[in-house]
Amino acid sequence: MTRKFTKDHEWVLVEGDVATVGVSDFAQSQLGDVVFVELPEAGRVLEQGKEAAVVESVKAASDVYAPISGTVVEANQALVDDPAMVNSAAETDGWFFKIQIKDASELDGLMDEAAYKSFLEEAH
Amino acid sequence: MSMNNQGRPSAIPAASAGFDGVTGTVTGNRGLQIEEPLIFEQDSAGRTGVDLPEVPKVASRLGAVKPRAGVGLPGLAEPQVVRHYTRLSQKNYAIDSGFYPLGSCTMKHNPRLNEKMARLPGFSDVHPLQPVSTVQGALELMDQLAYWLKTLTGMAAVTLAPAAGAHGEMCGIMAIRAAHEARGDKARTKILVPESAHGTNPATAAACGYAVDAIPATADGRVDLEALKAKLGPDVAGLMLTNPNTCGLFERDIIAIAEAVHAAGAYFYCDGANFNAIVGRVRPADLGIDVMHINLHKTFSTPHGGGGPGSGPVVFADSLAPYIPVPYVTHGTDGFALVENAGDGPAFGRMKAFHGQMGMFVRALSYMLSHGADGLWQASSDAVLNANYVMARLQDVMTASFEGPCMHECLFDDRFLKGTGVTTLDMAKALIDEGFHPMTMYFPLVVHGALLIEPTETESKASLDQFVDALRALAERAKSGDAAYFQAAPRLTPRRRLDETAAARKPVLRWTPPVAKEAVAAE
Amino acid sequence: MRYLPLTEADRQSMLEAIRAETVDVLFRDVPEAARLAGPIGGLPNHMGELEVERLLGAMAAKNLPAGAVPSFLGAGAYRHHVPATVDHLVQRGEFLTAYTPYQPEVSQGTLQVLFEFQTQVALLTGMDVANASMYDGATSCAEAVMMANRITRRKKAILSGGLHPHYRDVTTTDARFIGFEAVAMPPAPTGGEDLLALVDDKTACVVVQNPDVFGHVRDHSDLAAACQAKGALLVVVVTEALSLGLLTPPGDMGADIVAAEGQSFGNALNFGGPYVGLFAVKDKYVRQMPGRLCGETVDADGRRGFVLTLSTREQHIRREKATSNICTNSGLCALAFSIHVSLLGEAGITRLAQLNHAKAVQMADRLAAVPGVELLNDGFFNEFTVKLPKPAAAVVEDLAKRRILGGVPVSRLYPGEMEDLLLVAVTETNTEADMDAFAAALTEILGAEVPA
Repeated sequence: MTRKFTKDHEWVLVEGDVATVGVSDFAQSQLGDVVFVELPEAGRVLEQGKEAAVVESVKAASDVYAPISGTVVEANQALVDDPAMVNSAAETDGWFFKIQIKDASELDGLMDEAAYKSFLEEAH
Repeated sequence: MSMNNQGRPSAIPAASAGFDGVTGTVTGNRGLQIEEPLIFEQDSAGRTGVDLPEVPKVASRLGAVKPRAGVGLPGLAEPQVVRHYTRLSQKNYAIDSGFYPLGSCTMKHNPRLNEKMARLPGFSDVHPLQPVSTVQGALELMDQLAYWLKTLTGMAAVTLAPAAGAHGEMCGIMAIRAAHEARGDKARTKILVPESAHGTNPATAAACGYAVDAIPATADGRVDLEALKAKLGPDVAGLMLTNPNTCGLFERDIIAIAEAVHAAGAYFYCDGANFNAIVGRVRPADLGIDVMHINLHKTFSTPHGGGGPGSGPVVFADSLAPYIPVPYVTHGTDGFALVENAGDGPAFGRMKAFHGQMGMFVRALSYMLSHGADGLWQASSDAVLNANYVMARLQDVMTASFEGPCMHECLFDDRFLKGTGVTTLDMAKALIDEGFHPMTMYFPLVVHGALLIEPTETESKASLDQFVDALRALAERAKSGDAAYFQAAPRLTPRRRLDETAAARKPVLRWTPPVAKEAVAAE
Repeated sequence: MRYLPLTEADRQSMLEAIRAETVDVLFRDVPEAARLAGPIGGLPNHMGELEVERLLGAMAAKNLPAGAVPSFLGAGAYRHHVPATVDHLVQRGEFLTAYTPYQPEVSQGTLQVLFEFQTQVALLTGMDVANASMYDGATSCAEAVMMANRITRRKKAILSGGLHPHYRDVTTTDARFIGFEAVAMPPAPTGGEDLLALVDDKTACVVVQNPDVFGHVRDHSDLAAACQAKGALLVVVVTEALSLGLLTPPGDMGADIVAAEGQSFGNALNFGGPYVGLFAVKDKYVRQMPGRLCGETVDADGRRGFVLTLSTREQHIRREKATSNICTNSGLCALAFSIHVSLLGEAGITRLAQLNHAKAVQMADRLAAVPGVELLNDGFFNEFTVKLPKPAAAVVEDLAKRRILGGVPVSRLYPGEMEDLLLVAVTETNTEADMDAFAAALTEILGAEVPA
């Protein structure tokens, strides 16, 4: 399954009916040294485009939005203990949470890696 | 995001035996810069810095509560305490020692007469709940201050209760809400706030239950009137606008802005943080403003004290005058009276435990009387002249964000540093080594890498010249490609750049006794 | 104009550098109709120091300083002796005239003071962490309730009838505008109240004061545990911080948040302000705290230093999503607090607290011996309530005429209610002679009222 991206720099990786969500490498580079993350608890129902998590550096706080709707099944506890993983492994071990997908068709509106790359080049 | 390159710990240089690796001295001291341990690290059990009489022998009457076993405070004698705080004070930059051009903060001279007046026992040693007959002079002072503030702003009413600027904002927005509610208008759910606003404005509006809608700026650094008009409607409760704005510019269209806001049935809140530019020369009431807070600790020179206390009186036009909090002073039949309870009147509630920041009122009135109408006119003139002079002398080597004239502060951005590898932050830290406090950095958010310089009227031309010369030389140096010099700054301060990332990742917010630390480590 | 260094010659040469004819030109963006032609009317022109001193001195002289007469006023503001060292040190220009320590390399003095202040407040309250101060105790209390709302995601606060009514009013004012429910219990000058019965699954917190506004001291350990069992927090308010030198601290009772007034240490009465709000919490709630926090770290050379930290909670970063809109706090009052506490030390603070309590016991006994006077408190620290046979406000006026500030009539705090109750505070500043004079004057005033 390929990775998809939002315009708000979240990524989502789908395996079966569960999606793993994180922030893009570009996003972490803009945030600077991440010092804190706040993740949604398991069971919380998320709505596409609405606030799901918080990521903070020393001088900035950003909301992470849910790329698709669904129910949280797991949050990455290792990230809470070591938020620097957002910087060192944004698109791998630095994932934020996993959700049970509510409506797979929501994925259609997201960008694939190539589209996201050209989006970044255009916007920045 | 350039604020995040602050923490850059480097290895401690190897030291000779017994000598500090950083300073090269035995003690770690560096002449007048003396290292000072925490007060908790200077404890000797039983020692004290006060002599108290014997406790009378009576049976204690604490009801069901037990006396505590101990607090855990350290014991020091008076000379140790004096030395501790004196040494700590020497690690601070202050207006008393040098130029402090923090934009939007109005770091002007703090006259000592004001301190002396605030310490008169008739003001400092008066209890807030003494019989009103015994505090007529205190109420007279509050009444006088209110008169000055109303006269200087042209407004109908004032509350002295709020403790600081942000508290004044809260008071003003509550008054707006109370006024709308009194008319039965509950459809207004939004407050408009320009992008360039102080963070307190959106925080205040949100705290008072309003949604915040940002208004864009025009290319000349002012509110986009058309964009504002497009957002005004029956759902807008008010506009919060700083004027002069945080780019140091006067909002030219302010009267049209006020008319548009009023036509939409909304109120016009002005953040008075920058009142120093116009005090005594322009009355906010003449600009169509309905409500404005005044930072006594900015415009009227009460000391900032390392972060407070402030004082944030709020002035109101007729339309909002009934909606103020308690307490307030009135002219009674038998001298001054104090209204302390809202009762059934329109007063919307209470902001603070007692009557406001009396100590600040005395200082501010002492400052106003010292300056008088003619002095305040001259003070705002000089504040604006100083800022324009700094701007004129820097604009060929730095990049001014907007065309002048500016008001009391001038705004530059980091375009002049492009390609140098030097950031706004680096520039600021290099200024510290030159003996200046940096300007405000990275605010307002509407320009990239902002450098906001507010000299105030209490700086001499010689002091401005020295600052400008230093900044010009640093700008040239940055352009010559010496980024490493800036990135290592400051070098000459009691501490060099601090690791803010480490501080935020594993917060250590208090001292812990060594025993407790060991116990935690052993777990 | 002694505060303005520019000379006429300076102004001229600066205008030339700017290429402006006059200063007025620089104000050209101000709408013409709003530009004043000259100094504003209705205000005097500038004055020398001597003239200002005369004017303000005359106003000050119309007040009766509490220290000039026997004074027994409390109710949230207490007259304690402040050592000379405190006022000397807070007037050092490096403390007095510095800004908020946003540039840590040139603010280590203020920052270390804040770190020590936070530690002192944490120790005194028995809590894990404290912030770098709030405006005053009342605003601390309101912020504590809002913090509890955030933590529990509930929107109801139960306010004890023992909470200072001004603290209650600041909290209910916020409740009205910010949008939460604040249920205020009626005042209970003599007895207890069943707060727990009101706690339901919508309750974010219960707010109690200790000692309460009538002077009663209570152990809230059971209440804390019961609140927490229902998912609510216990906020403990303290208006007399010196009581923390003697009583079991709120942290040991299980409080989640402590909101206190710190004026008693280092700060004069000042007719009500500026004072210093204390705010302390359990470790796990740190990121929901309002206000500034100072933390320890190291500098580029590896040396210990201090910075403002966890700033992403604050308005200058999080703007409309900040935990509070507070910016300026009570920095210099916190410094005064800290210096006074440092001078006292462990031995001094214990003894000062014992001294206050012992004197209050002596005074309570003296007043209870006055015919017609009844003491309402079993347990108290340095303040208690007495019931008088006539309205307390009139008695206090009468005492003031005899140059005694004999406490705060309860009806001053609760208009039209409890008119026969008087709050009396006693501190180390009250002498035996003060106490005798108060008791004698009260006997006389009340005696005059009894028909022959």
